[in-house]
Amino acid sequence: MKGTNLGEFEELVLLTIAALINDAYSVGICDELEKQTGRTVKLGVVHAVLNRLEEKGLVKSKLGEATQARGGKRKRYYSITSAGKSALLKSKEVRDQLWSMIPQLSLKRI
Amino acid sequence: MNRENKISPPPWATQLLRWYCKPSLLEDLEGDLNEYFQRNIKSSGVRKAKLVYVIDVFKFFRLYTIRKPEFITLLMNFIMIGSYIKTSGRSMVRNKLFSFINIVGLAVSMSVGLVLIGVLTDVLSYDKFHQNHQRISRVIARYEYLGEKGNNFMATTSLKSARLIKENFSGVEDVAILRSTLQGDLQIGEKIIPLGGFWANPALFKVFSFEMIKGNQVTALQQPFSLVLTETSAKKLFGDQDALGKTVVLNKDRSYTITGIIKDIPFFSHIKFEMLGSLGTLEIIEKEDWRKDSWDDVWRTWAYVLLSEGADTKLIKTNLDNLSKKEDPSVKNTHIELALQPMDNIMFGDSIGNEIGPVLGSTLLWVFGGLAFIVILSACLNYTNLSIARALRRTREVGVRKVIGAMRNNVVMQFMVEAVIISLCSLAIAIVGFFLIRPHFLSIEPEIQKMFTLQLSPLMLIYFFLFAILVGVSAGMFPSLFFAKVQAIQVLKNTASFGGSKKITGRKVLMVIQYCISIILVCASIGVYRQYQHYVNFDLGFNTENILNISLQGNKPDILRKELSELPEVKAVSQSMMVTSVGSYWGTNMKYHGSPNDSSGVGFNSIDENYVPLLGHKLIAGRNFEAKADSTKESEVIVNQQVLKRFNIGNQEPEKALGDVIKIDGKDLTIIGVMKDFQYGRANNQVSKEIVFRYSKKDSRLMNVKLQSNDLIATHAKMEAIWKKIDPVHPFEAHFYNEQIQEAFAGLSATVKLAGFLAFLAISIASLGLLGMVVFTTEIRLKEISIRKVMGASEGKLLYLLGKGFVFLLLIAAAISMPIVILFFEKVVFPKTANHAPLNVFEMVLGVLAILILALIMIGSQTLKAAKSNPAEVLKNE
Repeated sequence: MKGTNLGEFEELVLLTIAALINDAYSVGICDELEKQTGRTVKLGVVHAVLNRLEEKGLVKSKLGEATQARGGKRKRYYSITSAGKSALLKSKEVRDQLWSMIPQLSLKRI
Repeated sequence: MNRENKISPPPWATQLLRWYCKPSLLEDLEGDLNEYFQRNIKSSGVRKAKLVYVIDVFKFFRLYTIRKPEFITLLMNFIMIGSYIKTSGRSMVRNKLFSFINIVGLAVSMSVGLVLIGVLTDVLSYDKFHQNHQRISRVIARYEYLGEKGNNFMATTSLKSARLIKENFSGVEDVAILRSTLQGDLQIGEKIIPLGGFWANPALFKVFSFEMIKGNQVTALQQPFSLVLTETSAKKLFGDQDALGKTVVLNKDRSYTITGIIKDIPFFSHIKFEMLGSLGTLEIIEKEDWRKDSWDDVWRTWAYVLLSEGADTKLIKTNLDNLSKKEDPSVKNTHIELALQPMDNIMFGDSIGNEIGPVLGSTLLWVFGGLAFIVILSACLNYTNLSIARALRRTREVGVRKVIGAMRNNVVMQFMVEAVIISLCSLAIAIVGFFLIRPHFLSIEPEIQKMFTLQLSPLMLIYFFLFAILVGVSAGMFPSLFFAKVQAIQVLKNTASFGGSKKITGRKVLMVIQYCISIILVCASIGVYRQYQHYVNFDLGFNTENILNISLQGNKPDILRKELSELPEVKAVSQSMMVTSVGSYWGTNMKYHGSPNDSSGVGFNSIDENYVPLLGHKLIAGRNFEAKADSTKESEVIVNQQVLKRFNIGNQEPEKALGDVIKIDGKDLTIIGVMKDFQYGRANNQVSKEIVFRYSKKDSRLMNVKLQSNDLIATHAKMEAIWKKIDPVHPFEAHFYNEQIQEAFAGLSATVKLAGFLAFLAISIASLGLLGMVVFTTEIRLKEISIRKVMGASEGKLLYLLGKGFVFLLLIAAAISMPIVILFFEKVVFPKTANHAPLNVFEMVLGVLAILILALIMIGSQTLKAAKSNPAEVLKNE
């Protein structure tokens, strides 16, 4: 099933949400990703991914308080659900497993 | 910081976002974009920020953000359409009178609209058979002498300009040249056929797509003395024989070779001809008159350029201006401005001079379109009036619907559907109306018949259908919004009369305007008709009864005269050069020895000795011409009283003027008779009042035949048989003098017809509107009426009570419009027209009275119905 596997960017977004804890809203995520990965991240892409993650049930969202900035519009804060947590853990597991399979030598030789 | 915060993103982009975005995502997204916007203002300035914002708004238009159409609403509407149609049908049947009035009213106005659509489709299909029609433009020229402004462009240009454009201009593939006029009798053996057309250059077949059946397109018009015929003309000349390569003689002069045969010119071509001659021929025939290199000979050559794909028309116009600059010095005091007119615009374009064929012109189109629009608009307004007049009954229905769960747009839909159904029913009747109007429209003017067919085509039917839907929607717009606003609680609580009363004033104004238009049109038609009658029966100063004018068409008159005189029905025969009193003028210059330096233009007619008695011109003094041989030198003249007055001959006494000598065309002519003044020009024109009759049989173009017969048709046939013997080539052209005079005023009678027809439509529509108003008010006041009745009011009193308001409005309309018409005739029309009949105000008042009586009948019938209603029935519900 396509729904259960995380894409690379999806995983990054998910990790960022987890890392930002209480400040994970679209623009914030965008900025953080840019800072961490060094690549330009488009809001539109992040938005689409967030929307998809929410559909998959990996994140949930709620609207925050209205502020003077943003033209009086509320922010939508995202947080990871338990399904999201397990998806992250699972993908980490897979990676770790694969890492462990690589003999030290073979990597050094490249 | 605060200031920056005040700068907001472009509102329309935000609106767009709000429109397409799902409500659940909207707030968040809008906030994000706003945050970025503020950020961008700081980093890269306001303008860039706005641009990025707009781009972002468009970028977010994605599958997951867009609002899904609310499926339920769509489904509902779809399911409900059946119900709408059903209920609309029921309500139409329930209110038969209203449906009938609506359908007929819309149908009447729509039929005019259909004719307009027909005209438009016809005009749009002009010249589309040319493959490159979009790339063909006509060179038009404006002639300016000594810097005089105000001359308009003409469809023609100079031969030289056409040649220079072809040689020097980039972006021009080729130039087709047409030159007037190729006209004459083609002779092959014994057969003579008269044909007409143009001289043309070989490029014609490259620019246009006239399809050549036989012959070579490229070379057909290359050699001098080549002719290209259309299929029909070839058939006329050669029958079924192959015409290609044959020679014919034109005008008994030179022989030409047929080098090509093309398909007949389609009806929808603005260029029409029966044959084409090679332009090179003209160079040989005309010699001095050819003027190949004259820049200012802009009167008789049409040039059509084929532009190359993607040519820059602005650049070409600049080049044309430069060309004028360069060539203007070649002719003194003259400036010629050239321009391009796209061929697709020719039929629509402004009427410019020297057109190659009849052109509709935008003015006529706008006037007709405007009138059609007014008529349709008032029919739509009537529909609105009538629908709201029914509001009382229907609001309850709407209230119940709303309680059951209908939304605003459901109600709107229902009334729209109803209006569209009604307009579709009207369409059926309107199409019948279209067929009834069509022949009359086509015969309004002979030109129109040459330009339009108004044939029904599938495309036209589609246009009709769309038009009907458009009319339905615009008619239903206001009522449906009106009913959508209905509040269920209010209606069902039975607070009945709401809304409508405020708009009554507006509708009263509308009604007065409608009646003003009707009255103006009726009075104007009556006025113009009176003038037409007056002119047609005008006392011209001579007798036109039972006189047939036969066009000689170049034949020798003697044989014809002899043969005709032998018919028992023919009382007398005379010859003349022209028909007077139908609007043609022949002028010459006259001098009198009494005042040698004074010369003046006089009108004249060349006649024979029988003309004066046959037409009953009255001689005040002197005698008529005496028969002379053709070869005799012209020496005598008959003048009218105005000539004596103008030159003060013989102290203006006719007897003394006899024997005096005047000079015309360098000839000394003795006055042998003085005739009474008569109308030389058209009766409504006063030009050229000084008239002379000259004696010259060889200038005759007409034979005037005085008939005395009970069976004019048989006589006509007999004369035609005689004509056929003498001239088998040209058809017999004979018209009764009286008919020719009527024809001279055809424009006037066309105006009467059109105005009369529009008056009829305006009256019908205004009457329907009035009926709606009456029904509306009586329905609202039904309870009041019942109570009055219970209290003892008589029917007559009630009738007065209900009707007086409307009669008052009608009187206002009459009081406004009558003076307008009278002033219009007195101040605008009459000063410009000679010999006009006095304005018959009495007839106009009669016309207005007829309208008022019609209106009164309607008011009376409806109010009487209300007044007669049983008060118990009405009041028992209370």
